[in-house]
Amino acid sequence: MIRAAALAFALVAATPAAAQTANAALAYTQLPDAAQERRARALMETLRCIVCQGQSIADSDADMAGEMRAVVRQRIAAGQTPRQIRDWMIARYGRYISYDPPLDAATIPLWIAPLLLLLAGIWLARGSFRRR
Amino acid sequence: MTNRRWLLWLPLCAFGMVVAVVAWGLWRPADRTVRSAMIGKPLPDFTLAPIAPGKPGLTTADFRRGRPRLLNVFASWCVPCIAEAPQLMTLKAAGVPIDAIAIKDTPQDIADFLRRNGDPYARIGSDVHSRVQLALGSSGVPETFVVDGRGIIVAQHVGDIRADDVPGILRALADAK
Repeated sequence: MIRAAALAFALVAATPAAAQTANAALAYTQLPDAAQERRARALMETLRCIVCQGQSIADSDADMAGEMRAVVRQRIAAGQTPRQIRDWMIARYGRYISYDPPLDAATIPLWIAPLLLLLAGIWLARGSFRRR
Repeated sequence: MTNRRWLLWLPLCAFGMVVAVVAWGLWRPADRTVRSAMIGKPLPDFTLAPIAPGKPGLTTADFRRGRPRLLNVFASWCVPCIAEAPQLMTLKAAGVPIDAIAIKDTPQDIADFLRRNGDPYARIGSDVHSRVQLALGSSGVPETFVVDGRGIIVAQHVGDIRADDVPGILRALADAK
């Protein structure tokens, strides 16, 4: 009984404070143009929700993620490319916001490490087969 | 074969390295703070409507008047904002000009918040859909930006300002002159 009460209290106490105003309309409404919505959706799936951090803004129900979806949809509807919108987000929040790492000097180990490990594996395997 | 004997230890060494990396990641406290990438850059252009009675709204031009200012991103529904209110009053008493952006808020709630927690603000702009917050690279409330007299963001404080953060903020303001 006491435990149930404590649990109920913990659940209430853990509920984050709700914002005072509703989300922008485009946070939960699709764009009328299906092709634009598809592009917006694909971009949302590769942008990180900065409040929840483990989710993309397409998955998250956080207020902030809703506003970020609205920004993405508005900018797509205004004719911007997903690339431009991603760059705008990265200029504000850094690379951390993107789930899609670009290929450049900082991320090259990420992309070539699997290839190098595979080559090392082949080299090792070849050596041990030859010894027999 | 004998001269290659040391190779036998290689897998154990590799395993030891993996353990070391994992242990380091487990024991080091994780820093999940998202910092703005806008530090050193000019404030984005914005014009925000007033939300508090008798207090003007906020535009980028207000930050280009030659004197460093604080830009506080807050909300009446935000609990840590109540915790940092006394520190903002201290900064105001020290002569620091403070402007604010109220996130997703209503005039009634802001008026109540200021009555309860004090009012350190010269201006408050209303950002109903977090547009300016996103343009600033701010990831939540409260956050405080130090802006120099030309409208360049020089520092960011993420989270509520504690008493021991005040000297650092005063220093950042002095450096911004």
